[in-house]
Amino acid sequence: MNNLLLLLPELIILIVAFAVFILDLVWGQERSNSSVFPALTMLGALGAVIATVFIWAQAGSGALQLRVIATDSGGALSMLAVDQFAMFFKIYAALTVGLVGLVSTDYIRAHTSFRGEFYAMLLMAGLALMLVASSTNLVMIFLAFEFLSITSYLLTGYLRDNDFSVEAALKYFLYGSVASTVMVFGFSLIYGATGSVDLRDIATALASADGTVAGYLVMPAIVLIIVGVGFKIALVPFHQWSPEAYQGAPTPITAFLSVGPKAAGFALMVRILTIAFPGFAHTAAANWVAILMGIAILTMTFGNVVAIWQTDIKRLFAYSSIAHAGYMLIGVVAIAPQYVGGSQTIEGWSQGLNGLLIYLLGYLFTNIGAFAIIIAVENKTGSSSISKYAGLIKRSPFLAVAFFIFLLSLIGIPPTAGFVGKLFVFGAAINQQMFVLAIVGIVNSVISVYYYLNIARQMFFEDVEDSTPITVSGGLNAAVAISLALVFAIAIFAQPFITWTTNSAQILASSF
Amino acid sequence: MNIPFILTLILLIPLLGSVLILFIPGSNEKGIKNLAVIASLFPLLFSILVWIGYDRATGGYQFVENYSWIPSLNIQYHLGIDGLSIPMVFLSALLSTLGLWYSAKVIKHRVKEFFVLFLLLEASLTGVFVALDMVLFYFFWEIELVPMFLMIGIWGQKKDRPQYSAIKFFLYTLVGSVAMLLAFIAVYLNTGSWDITQIPGLLSFSPSLAALTFWAIFIGFAIKVPLFPFHTWLPDAHTAAPTAGSVMLAGVLLKLGGYGMIRILIPYFPDVFRASAIFIAALGVISMIYGALVSMAQWDLKRLIAYSSVSHMGYFMLGVAAAVYYGDLTSRTIALNGAVLQMFNHGIITGGLFFLVGVIYERTHTRDLTAFGGLSKHTPKYYAIMMVTAFASLGLPGLAGFISELLIFRGAFATMPVMAIIGVIAIVLTAAYILWKIVQYVFLGDFSQEKWDKIFDVRHWSWGEDIAPFEVITMVPLLIGMVWIGVYPLAILTTINQASYAILSSAF
Repeated sequence: MNNLLLLLPELIILIVAFAVFILDLVWGQERSNSSVFPALTMLGALGAVIATVFIWAQAGSGALQLRVIATDSGGALSMLAVDQFAMFFKIYAALTVGLVGLVSTDYIRAHTSFRGEFYAMLLMAGLALMLVASSTNLVMIFLAFEFLSITSYLLTGYLRDNDFSVEAALKYFLYGSVASTVMVFGFSLIYGATGSVDLRDIATALASADGTVAGYLVMPAIVLIIVGVGFKIALVPFHQWSPEAYQGAPTPITAFLSVGPKAAGFALMVRILTIAFPGFAHTAAANWVAILMGIAILTMTFGNVVAIWQTDIKRLFAYSSIAHAGYMLIGVVAIAPQYVGGSQTIEGWSQGLNGLLIYLLGYLFTNIGAFAIIIAVENKTGSSSISKYAGLIKRSPFLAVAFFIFLLSLIGIPPTAGFVGKLFVFGAAINQQMFVLAIVGIVNSVISVYYYLNIARQMFFEDVEDSTPITVSGGLNAAVAISLALVFAIAIFAQPFITWTTNSAQILASSF
Repeated sequence: MNIPFILTLILLIPLLGSVLILFIPGSNEKGIKNLAVIASLFPLLFSILVWIGYDRATGGYQFVENYSWIPSLNIQYHLGIDGLSIPMVFLSALLSTLGLWYSAKVIKHRVKEFFVLFLLLEASLTGVFVALDMVLFYFFWEIELVPMFLMIGIWGQKKDRPQYSAIKFFLYTLVGSVAMLLAFIAVYLNTGSWDITQIPGLLSFSPSLAALTFWAIFIGFAIKVPLFPFHTWLPDAHTAAPTAGSVMLAGVLLKLGGYGMIRILIPYFPDVFRASAIFIAALGVISMIYGALVSMAQWDLKRLIAYSSVSHMGYFMLGVAAAVYYGDLTSRTIALNGAVLQMFNHGIITGGLFFLVGVIYERTHTRDLTAFGGLSKHTPKYYAIMMVTAFASLGLPGLAGFISELLIFRGAFATMPVMAIIGVIAIVLTAAYILWKIVQYVFLGDFSQEKWDKIFDVRHWSWGEDIAPFEVITMVPLLIGMVWIGVYPLAILTTINQASYAILSSAF
């Protein structure tokens, strides 16, 4: 297959993004309300999904397809991989962009007069997500990562007349730049130690390096890289930016931040750690499994405990999303086969990576669905305070019930996608005999019930102050309905989703 | 009569009913109520049909439906029933129908939601009793939390702190069920199967892992039963729940834990269970006595009955512990029969008591025992029905409660006599709180018209001061059950015995 054709999803997104930019420029202010922009965004996303599926079909099922895009004498300098793992995240990114585009329309119309660029920027952010997930080279990783960061900062500060939005973007930017710098420093240590920027070459070089290099350079490098990526995912203790950014950002962008960059961060983390450092999962000199285990425990616990006191729903979802990153991290921790070969291993589902992917997938639909409702309520009440949800069941039964189902999915109650995700990550942890992690995970699930049900309590048990019905636009309704359908489908018709994530996860299983 | 997919239909019809109700406009209350009651009649009919159709000579699981659901995880849609689940399915269907019928008259506010949730509750509760796959079991086990949570919170009386009680109920149960989930996963990783019928033969845990898994699952079930010291959610939830909600809570929800212990814990971990039997029996006996003592101290009629549930489910626990302890198989089977029958009896008797509390609460909006007195003369029909139910609860020979207690103690005396002897105290205490608190304070003494007028809600004048016909109709099936089992227990025991014997003889 032609190399350029392998980049079809990225190209589609790029072309659509430029088309939106140009249309916006040509049409000017008076047509900025046009539905063409969101429609184009969704078409672009759909096109990217179809293109990815097409390439997947070409690549064949299960086969490990590492295609080199830019080569310098015999594939030594590969930039991007088009493997199943990357394609999973490309579809994920396209779905994120499409759904966020769907929920943005009303909000953007109501809050700003610069509308066209918003969608173009969103598409660009989606493109950045795709690049991050497929980069296999430290230089490319950094470029893609910065691309994603810059588009995220811009989108966060998109409401430029709104002080909170600007403050959020500034904070995000300041923290983000430090994190990026730290990560690059980590990269430079690796380059210094191995003389290579390609992930596979690094692994080869490190495998034959003596103990001192590993002891002095690899461990600090791994820590620095985890800091950089952990910032993007908002892992504790690199999460400080996220409550502010989530609260201040335009609400559709909050939805985007809670799923898109998080997924890209995980893709990157998994790719770097498993391809470049597979040998350092458990060794004495460097042990990224132990580091991540500690971070996972911290992240879950901190996110859930602090969420209890939140009164603003966007802030609450910021902490909730921190906590969920902690659960997902269990999947990453359980990738490394600590007890491999024992009778405990059951192929196909026990791999933590599979758990991470299916968790991410469920979380995408759950969170975007929930944010669609948050946007609907915010459009009506002008506030994101949890007290505005009082009596929602009377104002809009559909939204209240749908929101409740999304909350149940976040808790992990069957039959929802959240349950399947938890089943997989906890299953992976138990399979690796990481009982502590599984127990901390379930204790946290219980803690989270308290604040999620507090929203349900407002919606169902409290009396209404203002009983005017909340009507929502077709876009928001569609986003809620699609999310709802998938949240149930992932649990009830789980097999195709599991097959898909299993195929996507295989690529990395060979690293160990 | 052989209806294909009869178990699926038992689950599906209430679910379908609840979906259909969503499409009826909320103003058409009559239509909603009729549809709900009709939708619940099918599972009732079918549960009777499977009871009749169950071939006791063959035994084992029958009416089995087994289809692959998630092949890569080996999860199956696997339903089936045996002598243990048949009475439970019937109980769930019966109490649902009665609860819906009663609620159709009583629920006046947010009608549509109530009936949607009630039917969802029925489907999920029944699902736990027919599921033979652990994931499916867990699905139903968790789904049931949602409608119950909303029922307590929405239809609870403000003064009973319904929101607090609802969240407490959800949290407590979830603590248990997540522990259970981890244990289920551990079992799966060990055996490669989620199939409840296959796992006992496949499980090969090390003793320490077996103990860990056993206790993780046990706590999940014990919270549901509820066993002392995990019972504190129960009085709050019961007090706050609407009448039919309390009935389902006491009648069916508490049975989920007990059912799980017999269906899952005994076959999976017979040795761990046996090793801990004395300890578990002690918890059961503490529940019996403690629950009875706390009941005696209550001045709120509904809370009193809630605590009496703790006490009565303690009998059940003693029966199960006696059944797994060392001893002859006959005595142990008798104990297990008693325990299962105790679950069924507790369902109809305490369910009935909650209906009867509802009767007086609807009329007076108080459950304070000191507010009543002398009602035996004023409301004689209510008095008569309450007497039968209360005496059944107390264990009067000739009524249902006596039979199950007799069987439990007969079994326990043979295997763990000390526990049985201590447990007997609870029987005396039960008699004390029923006679002293309920009978004396509510029905005996002098009737004061002035006091009654103050509390009686004239809005319910059309129902009359004494128990109204629709309430009598609600109680009649339960009363028949109490007398029938009391006089001719064999009708139900032959079915239960089939399962008890099979479970105990294959486990040890």
